[in-house]
Amino acid sequence: MAGLELLSDQGYRLDGRKASELRKVQARMGVFAQADGSAYIEQGNTKVLAVVYGPHEMRASRGRTLYDRAVINCQYSMATFSTAERKRRPHGDRKSTEMSLHLKQTFEAAVMTQLYPRSQIDIYVKILQSDGGNYSACVNAATLAVIDAGIPMRDYVCACTVGFVDETPLADLSHVEEGGGSSLAMALLPRGGQIALLQMDARLHQDHLETLMEAAMTACKGVSKVLDEVVRQHLQVSVLTGE
Amino acid sequence: MKDTPLSNCERDFLLKAIEEKKRLDGRQTYDYRSIKISFGSNHGCCFVDLGKTRVMAQVSCELVVPKENRPNEGIMFFNIELSPMASPAFEVGRQSDLLVKLNRQLERCLRNSKCIDTESLCVVSGEKVWQIRVDVHTLNHDGNLMDAASIAAITALCHFKRPDIGIQGDEVTVYGPEERDPIPLSIYHMPICVSFSFFQQGTYLLVDPCEREERVMDGLLMIAMNKHREICSVQSSGGIMLLKEQVLRCSKIASVKVSEITELIIKALENDKKARKEGGRCGFAESMPRERITALKVDETPMEMEEVTERANDIVQRAEAPPETVPSPVLPAPGMGQVGQVLKNNWGLEEDEEDEEEQEEEVTIEEDQHEREDTGRADVVVISDSEEEEVIILNPETSTKNAGPTSCHQGAAKTKKKMK
Repeated sequence: MAGLELLSDQGYRLDGRKASELRKVQARMGVFAQADGSAYIEQGNTKVLAVVYGPHEMRASRGRTLYDRAVINCQYSMATFSTAERKRRPHGDRKSTEMSLHLKQTFEAAVMTQLYPRSQIDIYVKILQSDGGNYSACVNAATLAVIDAGIPMRDYVCACTVGFVDETPLADLSHVEEGGGSSLAMALLPRGGQIALLQMDARLHQDHLETLMEAAMTACKGVSKVLDEVVRQHLQVSVLTGE
Repeated sequence: MKDTPLSNCERDFLLKAIEEKKRLDGRQTYDYRSIKISFGSNHGCCFVDLGKTRVMAQVSCELVVPKENRPNEGIMFFNIELSPMASPAFEVGRQSDLLVKLNRQLERCLRNSKCIDTESLCVVSGEKVWQIRVDVHTLNHDGNLMDAASIAAITALCHFKRPDIGIQGDEVTVYGPEERDPIPLSIYHMPICVSFSFFQQGTYLLVDPCEREERVMDGLLMIAMNKHREICSVQSSGGIMLLKEQVLRCSKIASVKVSEITELIIKALENDKKARKEGGRCGFAESMPRERITALKVDETPMEMEEVTERANDIVQRAEAPPETVPSPVLPAPGMGQVGQVLKNNWGLEEDEEDEEEQEEEVTIEEDQHEREDTGRADVVVISDSEEEEVIILNPETSTKNAGPTSCHQGAAKTKKKMK
């Protein structure tokens, strides 16, 4: 992809955004009636569906119950039609298992599991269309779904993927931009500035790390504002319609 | 087999020690264990010892059809195996979380950072490329498998030499090592992974956790860097909340450690090259240290010697003064000798009245011993509980001072009188 300019001289990216601009976020909560909580989020072209069941009794493997808190079980899967080439194994391959583990770890830190001992909370995330920022969109969708299920959390968990091109951090990468330089995915609890998960691939000089992390934190805070707006709107509507 | 659970007191002990900045093996918080690198007899085989953690990496290559979207790049394949040899908790054939984590981290550290020039692995574009496969086996698990595996993998890749190739038109000939010298891989940089473990919700941090420390840690931060201070991968795991300053501090520590380890790897590679050139023996068997049971060799364990003198003086001062002793023997009266002297006389409480064969000195010694034993029990008067004897307690208070022989003598005389 040598000819593709990720950041033009005037400061515009491939899709016309500026360096620190996020993609358009559209989200809806309470998508399914059956699940305890559900949400659908579209970040640019990345479309993710998240569903939460719980807290409920541990069904499989009763031996794994924790006496003082709830166990969070996550499953991440990509629809076979989500990528440009048809995906052979939607779940069970190493990348998906790793993503599931990361999601689990992120939400174990944010959800107040001490309130539900010996129970289990299931979070299922499915990517319907993948255009970069998969992990971040999953985390955002799962946050909305957990809020929809009424499970208490310490704070919103917002995630964003940022990249570094030409000494400038780019916020909210798309698929094309992810392949280019380095990308950093961060899940943040905005109020305390605590990082729940940090993941970075590809080479980045140590001196740029701070700038990149700062940019990621700003982007995550932007995402949290959008999510907050979505939640409030959803609650207003449901109060009005008396659901 | 399930891992033996860690007991609560062991966990508390470890956490308390970490709070006081002490580690089980005497290291400092930012110290690595000793790293030893040795090579096998063929190119591409490498053993790494990180303290007691032992890991083996082997690189092999094969000609395959390239991927469709990358027709002129070679393929790199990484695989870490957790064998039951390393720890009883590892089971064959079970893909546990740890395995996935280690594999993904190694892939990210080495593949995404593009440490190897994959385009040089292309033989015929679109048809044949080299597939380099790195297999890492864990031989002993004593904590921090990730670091050991990353060191082993990159060292093995640096050590590996692939067969030479000749292309004539459509024909591709692979030359064996006897026909043409094998060629080393072209490696741009050496990414090395450094693990930081966090305790007490991120308050304390340790580099290179050993197995016990890993069991009590809250979370792990793995930073892979190369010696040019480029970060190749960052991964936080476990449910810890990090702060930006912590991550930046860890990256600074990591850059120092990585440069040290890279020097060590380069030195090891050079030594091995020299040894092979001189025709010396090399290989796994040679690298095992000769551990002779009969040889008296004890490893020096580092001990904290700073406050020893003060503490010792403190203890001595607080201890009770030893009882005064008069140089013995003493002659208080003619015909009487005394060895040793004590303050309190418990004579008459414990001694049997029937025992009449006392020689004075013997009795004194015996009695002194008794008294020393009984000074603590002066209040409790326990006489023999035989019902036949009539036990008469001679007044012990009248003979408290320097009472050794005189009271004994008196007591003996008195009992003799009574018995008669």
